[in-house]
Amino acid sequence: MAAREIALTPRIGRLPAVAIRLHDLVVTTDHKKLGLMYIGAGLVFFVIAGSLASVMRLQLAAPNNGAVSPQVFNRLFTMHGTTMVFLVGMPIIAGMMNYLVPLMIGARDMAFPRLNAFGFWMFFFGGLLLYLSYLAAPGITGAGSAPDVGWFAYSPLTARAFSRGHSTDYWTLSLLLSGVGSIVSAINVIATAVSLRCKGMTMMRLPLFVWLSIVTSFMILLALSPLSAAQVMLLLDRFLGARFFDTQAGGSAVLWQHFFWIFGHPEVYILIIPAFACLSEIVPVFSRKPIFGYPIMVAAAVMIAFISLGVWAHHMFTIGMTSMGNIFFATSTFLVAVPTGIKIFNWLATMYGGKLRFEPPMLFCIGFLFQFLIAGLTGVMLGVAPFDWQLHDSYFVVAHFHYTLVGGFLFGIFAGIYYWYPKAVGRMLDRRLGIWHFWLFAIGFHLTFDPQHFAGFLGMPRRIYTYEEGRGWEVYNMISSVGVIAQVAGIMCFVVNLVRSYWKGEPAGEDPWDAWTLEWATTSPPPEYNFETLPAVRSSRPLWDLKHPEDPDWKYE
Amino acid sequence: MSPRILLYGKRALTHALLAGAVYAVATDQVTSIFEPLSTPADSVYRAALLALAVCAAIFVTVVILLINAIVRYRHRPGDDASEPPQIYGSNQIELAWTVLPILIVVVLILVTARTIADVEDYPQPPDALKVTVVGRQWWWEFRYPDLGIITANELHVPVSESGRRQITSLTLESADVIHSFWAPQLAGKTDLIPNRVNRMWIEPKQAGTYLGNCAEYCGTQHAKMRLRVIAHPPEEFANWVESQRRPAAEDPQASAGRAIFFSTSCVNCHAIQGTSAKGTFGPDLTHLMSRQTLGSGAAPNTPEKLRAWVRNPQAIKEGCLMPDMQLSDQELDQISAYLLTLK
Repeated sequence: MAAREIALTPRIGRLPAVAIRLHDLVVTTDHKKLGLMYIGAGLVFFVIAGSLASVMRLQLAAPNNGAVSPQVFNRLFTMHGTTMVFLVGMPIIAGMMNYLVPLMIGARDMAFPRLNAFGFWMFFFGGLLLYLSYLAAPGITGAGSAPDVGWFAYSPLTARAFSRGHSTDYWTLSLLLSGVGSIVSAINVIATAVSLRCKGMTMMRLPLFVWLSIVTSFMILLALSPLSAAQVMLLLDRFLGARFFDTQAGGSAVLWQHFFWIFGHPEVYILIIPAFACLSEIVPVFSRKPIFGYPIMVAAAVMIAFISLGVWAHHMFTIGMTSMGNIFFATSTFLVAVPTGIKIFNWLATMYGGKLRFEPPMLFCIGFLFQFLIAGLTGVMLGVAPFDWQLHDSYFVVAHFHYTLVGGFLFGIFAGIYYWYPKAVGRMLDRRLGIWHFWLFAIGFHLTFDPQHFAGFLGMPRRIYTYEEGRGWEVYNMISSVGVIAQVAGIMCFVVNLVRSYWKGEPAGEDPWDAWTLEWATTSPPPEYNFETLPAVRSSRPLWDLKHPEDPDWKYE
Repeated sequence: MSPRILLYGKRALTHALLAGAVYAVATDQVTSIFEPLSTPADSVYRAALLALAVCAAIFVTVVILLINAIVRYRHRPGDDASEPPQIYGSNQIELAWTVLPILIVVVLILVTARTIADVEDYPQPPDALKVTVVGRQWWWEFRYPDLGIITANELHVPVSESGRRQITSLTLESADVIHSFWAPQLAGKTDLIPNRVNRMWIEPKQAGTYLGNCAEYCGTQHAKMRLRVIAHPPEEFANWVESQRRPAAEDPQASAGRAIFFSTSCVNCHAIQGTSAKGTFGPDLTHLMSRQTLGSGAAPNTPEKLRAWVRNPQAIKEGCLMPDMQLSDQELDQISAYLLTLK
């Protein structure tokens, strides 16, 4: 490695410093740099997708509004949903797993460093390809711009007859590319966690973050594969007349739904389990107690993963399934609530009897607990299949999944960023700005999404670019749009904080939170090789053992 | 507790829980799922109340636990730097919060299964009115095979009375992409899927107009694929049927407009029964003026709006599949005059 660096120096030595750093990012295989690149790119896409949503809320603020045309609106929600799931959620979790798993298990890098870089660039160019559609999708036919088929692209809207031009092809190809990226990074995480653990790091001593990363990665393998297969089938339909989903040629619209949701439902857990992972590290440290019931927390995650592979058709209660089919999928959906409940109760039990410190990471965790509880309960309501016949595709569902993915996933990720930023950068994020971020974003979140439950109860369908007055929806939509202002203010605090603290933050030191896992045993930021000497551990809290030789964990294991 | 009190209790619960439902009372066009006026919507409503009550109870319990933890175990300024007792878990407690949720889940499964069976497997009586609903981008076609009626966007059905139940059985199909039939006060939604036949049923208990929407994203004008179900008392329904079965009016005063209608491409897409206009791509216009709205709820069906619609439908429902026909003002007047006779 060192020899290669020297060999390169004469050629690039004359370039400006920025170019050298960029060159370094392009050629790097370091899991930490790639992890931060994943997260950085995810945050950029987050700001883009958030801006798209703000335009939608502007349009929906009042009935019969004309801020954007129906075609533009349909593209906005398609791009917003696709971006948030595939270009924000997926890279951010990939980035966190990449950055943290090797550090937490006392390894020097991921198992396959070059595959890791390959995965990142597949995702990144997949994302660029999706946005290229705004410029290039008209092609020679001149029809259309960005995709407008919705993020689950129900067939036959994607068939040639209903989607002319190439916008749907941009959607398909970009998801196929970024899907390959996700699959290779999942393989890498599993291989790393299984084979590169340091001395003494048995499976039952893994930090919960690593355990949940393994679970999520297995789910990515099982869920992304059918999605990629379906994308290939859709391409065959559109270019070779394959007729899988093209109903005008005898294909099946319902088949696409099965393929999509057998990916789509596990996908929700793929995103939320890494948020669980952040909580499972942060709540104990800021309660000053070990996680309550480590083995059952692992078991619950595995159970969630397992059951979630059998719930997909609860997205399809309205397609006219048999009553037996409906009852089966309602039952499996309720069953997910049991291990999920266990997780919530165990986090609460971790807090009980502790000494809670309300630093920004912990604030976001508490926000998560409150909001994810509601998201889970509205999920149970949607699992009551007859209730779903009313609520399906209404604004209630919009509220429900934003509670899961913003109130849950995003709050968990924010907690993680506030917690590990000092490790990655070597400087603390500003505490006051963090608290402003938390409150502004939480208030904005509730203003925006709470009223949408009621709009749904009143019969407002999702994905409409406008609505009539007099149905009782106006006030809820207005409040919902006003909430965006507070959300944007919160995100601005966050961005300013990230940028300013990079240069001006307080130096963090190795272990600013007085934490217990191995990533805090090296410098901040860690050197390229992570640890000077590979550590050896005797319990799941090696730094606790170190700090409390009189009462070490390994005595109880 | 008598069933009546129980019912009032439930109502109070709904209204207390749901600011939304209370607010809906004050608006003129109710489409709240908590004010069902039809048997299947009512079955759903009962299951929904139970689910809401269970979820509310869990919510309150967990939030109290959370707030209690935050308040009681917060780090206080005077605390020493020592760590609290390290507790690793407790099998008994964890077993308790595994078993309790399982019991709740069993209750929910039973209620759900019963409601599904009540609604989905309800045997359709032989005297049910049969209507075929065809979803199209972006309007609804309603066919009454036993009555020989074809109409659009407004579904007319008889009301169900306590002495004489009257169920309407809907066969759902699609001519293009997936749509979904949703009139919240009448029933939950069911999708209209190409290459597939779905069924649902409604049983309105009160005469009046019920609003709804297409509830599955179906392309550009999904938003203005609105829906009306008009429930009539039996005699009024019989009158409606009779009027719809009459051939299209032929008013000699509108012959100029009629001539233009039949000499332009209007006839390629629209049908007027008993004439050479047999297009099936757009709504049947035989009794256009018996409808309340134009463009599937895009505008009220008034003479001015009708003229504006014919002049340029894209101005009222941007992206809809009816083009601007580039008619002159005189042609517009004449065609509108003709259409106004199609009562």
